[in-house]
Amino acid sequence: MSAPFPVVIPGRAAPDAPAPATPKQLPNRGGPANPSADALRAKFQGGVVRVEVIWGETNVYVDRARLFDIVQWLHDDPSQRYDYLSDVTAVEYRDPEQPLEVVWHLRSLPYRRFLRLKVELPRDGKTLLEVPSVWSIYKGADWLERECYDMFGIRFVGHPDLRRILMWEQYHEGFPLRKDFPLRGRFSRAEQLRQALAANPEARYSMEELTVAQAFEDLPEAMRKRLKGGERTGE
Amino acid sequence: MGLTARPSDNLARTDTTPGSGESWVATRLDFLVNWGRAGSLWPMPFGTACCAIEFMATAASRFDLARFGMERMSFSPRQADVLICAGRVPFKLAPVLRRIWLQMPQPKWCISMGACASSGGMFDNYAVVQGIDTIIPVDVYVPGCPPRPEGLLYGILMLQEKVKRERMSDTSLRNEMDPDPKSGLYIPPQAIDELSEPFGNSVHQTRSGL
Repeated sequence: MSAPFPVVIPGRAAPDAPAPATPKQLPNRGGPANPSADALRAKFQGGVVRVEVIWGETNVYVDRARLFDIVQWLHDDPSQRYDYLSDVTAVEYRDPEQPLEVVWHLRSLPYRRFLRLKVELPRDGKTLLEVPSVWSIYKGADWLERECYDMFGIRFVGHPDLRRILMWEQYHEGFPLRKDFPLRGRFSRAEQLRQALAANPEARYSMEELTVAQAFEDLPEAMRKRLKGGERTGE
Repeated sequence: MGLTARPSDNLARTDTTPGSGESWVATRLDFLVNWGRAGSLWPMPFGTACCAIEFMATAASRFDLARFGMERMSFSPRQADVLICAGRVPFKLAPVLRRIWLQMPQPKWCISMGACASSGGMFDNYAVVQGIDTIIPVDVYVPGCPPRPEGLLYGILMLQEKVKRERMSDTSLRNEMDPDPKSGLYIPPQAIDELSEPFGNSVHQTRSGL
């Protein structure tokens, strides 16, 4: 009986398989770029600031004003179909000359592509730390943007509920992952503890139990349809 | 605090000398009550990190916490005797831990398990409480990162020994500590700053008073 699929021996590559890409085999800079980068250049000429290929991954620096249109297009266009937003985060470099970067990691499952979008926010004191929210395109951006706001203080314009997510809401020492934030916080330990203990955990959250019947109206349409049909969910 | 000989290990010994204020009946009753309490401590596991894994191992069959009368994990603080805080406590969890402690009925004890719960451990940063003794009173500290189950068992045995030494006539035992209404803290802010003073080359922080 022949095996229906090639047997893979652990620790040994299949005879004709290409060698897996490891960082050692990739050039630091340069190499083939993600075809979406050229498509973006053709579509939004001025919106794309520059394209870099680093360790085989494509970084596209885009204009802040065009970001929402670019993400929308990447999500909707049938030749792109970036249907999965894997992360929204930010980077601040130690060098004060370097701008603060907001980073979006997009993945196209149908085309198996990965694209990293970056928006640069110069730290000149005049630029507002504001970028458009992509929540209306990817609902999963909700908590990612809240976390980015909590840690870096970047405001996502258009986010429906932009408040702290990791630190408690009354926390006002600043934004912990910024370079000007001291590791141990701004206040003394006793003051930090006093403020933490003063926070009421129940201030915004209901501790009451919620049944599915009560939450039914808040469920997404598809899930309501399934539940109404008596179908089991999640299988 | 150097190494000193332990007090007499005859735990059943009772001091009935005239003038000590304790009658034979009271001391015998103490012995009975303490024996019962020490042998049936119900732990409230407050596991927040890797120490909780070691705590689970302690409760499982190989180390078998049930040998010491602790097989009944009390996941409700209202039926618990010992709060075992296993793992680091972030500031966001501080009011929760305080409330759980207040919900536990007397008599109650607390074991701080591991370096993070006892002192903040390596997490000397903006988010982590530098020792849960700044929030709630602690009876036994178990060092280690994380402590092995034997370490936790040793801490539990120490707590049992402590329970067995309690006296009914000791009025300081069952005091519910009231936090200072202004700061909400049990111990003065200066003491907290002193306790969490950075070691080594950590960045020096402003003291209380801002």
